[in-house]
Amino acid sequence: MVKLRYEIEGGNFDLAGTASSQVKKVLKQLNISQLLIKKIVVALYESEVNVVAHAYKGHIEVEIHPERVDMKITDEGPGIPDVESAMKAGFSTASQKVREMGFGAGMGLPNIKKNTDYLKIETVVGKGTTLTMTKKLDYAT
Amino acid sequence: MPHSDTFHHALVVDDKKCIRCTHCIKACPTEAIRMVNGNIEIREERCVDCGQCMRVCPHNAISIEQDDLAQIENYRYKVVLIPSVFIGQFPQNITENQIYASLLKLGFTHVYEVEQPIEVLKTLVRREIKENRSGLPVISSFCPAVVRLIRIKYPAFTEQIMRVKAPHDLVAHYILDNFSKQGINAEDVGFFYVTPCAAKIAAVKSPIGEKESVINGVVNANHLYNKVMAVVETVEETNVEPLKNELTKEGIQWSLTHGETWWQRAKTISVDGIHNAIRFLERMENDQVSGIDFLELRACDRSCAGGVLLSQNRFLTVERLKERAKRYPSSSIKTEAEGYERFSELEPLCITENIKPRPLLLYGSDMGKALERMERARSIMCHLPGIDCGACGAPTCQALAEDMVNGLAKMSDCIFVQQQWQNDGKITPQKAFGKMENKWGKNRFDPDCTKRGAKDESF
Repeated sequence: MVKLRYEIEGGNFDLAGTASSQVKKVLKQLNISQLLIKKIVVALYESEVNVVAHAYKGHIEVEIHPERVDMKITDEGPGIPDVESAMKAGFSTASQKVREMGFGAGMGLPNIKKNTDYLKIETVVGKGTTLTMTKKLDYAT
Repeated sequence: MPHSDTFHHALVVDDKKCIRCTHCIKACPTEAIRMVNGNIEIREERCVDCGQCMRVCPHNAISIEQDDLAQIENYRYKVVLIPSVFIGQFPQNITENQIYASLLKLGFTHVYEVEQPIEVLKTLVRREIKENRSGLPVISSFCPAVVRLIRIKYPAFTEQIMRVKAPHDLVAHYILDNFSKQGINAEDVGFFYVTPCAAKIAAVKSPIGEKESVINGVVNANHLYNKVMAVVETVEETNVEPLKNELTKEGIQWSLTHGETWWQRAKTISVDGIHNAIRFLERMENDQVSGIDFLELRACDRSCAGGVLLSQNRFLTVERLKERAKRYPSSSIKTEAEGYERFSELEPLCITENIKPRPLLLYGSDMGKALERMERARSIMCHLPGIDCGACGAPTCQALAEDMVNGLAKMSDCIFVQQQWQNDGKITPQKAFGKMENKWGKNRFDPDCTKRGAKDESF
């Protein structure tokens, strides 16, 4: 099993995507299909951008196993007051400033759900959010 | 020349000239070079023939193998195929006519610039974009170093590479077609391609996506440049216009940056320089590029004008070709006036088979073992200094760690680890020095004044 860890800085859009890009480079060194890599990287990228756009700081932990990739994204931030709405495509609480930069289209969490096999959202309003997700390395797909 | 799935490489290291300085190891964009038992080794499965190593070698120890020019004697019709950049590199006071005449004087019976009749390639490029087989952008197949780079490092994009052959294939088929109308037998014709770089020569020797190349021999541009310069003052005015019947503005500029894009209506991007190409492909892989129909990627800065085998300044070469292009007709207008039908037979001959990916798996194909090795390499990294000095013979600490878990290097290859071990009393200084000599060769560290900045720079 290989463990990876990356810090994420809230508000720094310049670096948004760095961690998921690094994970991509690691996954490419292993014999994993391009399609699976893409799904994992999309899910990670969306969660990374969520932290950058909404939270103060956070980190990504990735565990690569032969049969699955586990990912955990933890942030200190405002939390999600209404998880059910946040899961709907197009629902966004992103500020005007964030939208102007091309983020905050309300596709983050729905996209993460679509690209992973397991997703758990734990959130405390005013404290922060933790996403736990898994992608199975099932070569039949 | 036969087709095979192994990469032919044209870059050769001269062990006698090489002083083991690691410049090439560190310049290689695919980390293909190592120092092994006192000699430079190029790992074939990783090398894309971009020629960066050759550019940075301070001792000219890296060269590109070529065919013997004497081979032209085996053919009745000796045809030299030159890329337009070959003309571009000569000083302005030497005319096109003189260059053509010099090549004829050197023993060739015909001289053709390869980028004609370029309308065929333009048509095929447009069609690839329109058909959109495997998603956009369609990626140009023009630069063989880029094609190899994509096959090993960005395999997911392999299907997007256009199935269009290079200009030298086009012109060869065009000439064969013309010759057959004159009753000339194809077996009597020898094609010699003048290459501006290592990648083109490698592509001729092991063509990707086609059974065999129509080219019989390859000559390095710098070699032929010198030969032309030696006779150019003595040649007489010759009528070479019939050899340039199909040469056009678009053709002359084809191998320059934007050569495959400036005449297009589709949305295109042109990127030159291998590191820029890598950054762009990374971006594409991260889904950060959209709305582009066609992508021109060239390994050399200023594309072929910056080819490693061209003798002159790349900016001056571009300038000469741009000026020259002004004097030639536009391919579109010319074709409209004279009809495209006469080229339609060439079209199928300029289409390649599908290009297959060849992903580079650092730790092998078994996922369980690969994960184990990767984990070990990451643990090893905790003990390496992260200075990437190259003194171990690998380009970076990470590359050394990867080599270690693959059984190709040892912890003691790191000179900083050795210092640490000596300090901790784990090995003697003599033993440490012995290990260094194993890596770099005996007497490598004796005083030697033959090097850049020392007393003798005459190498």
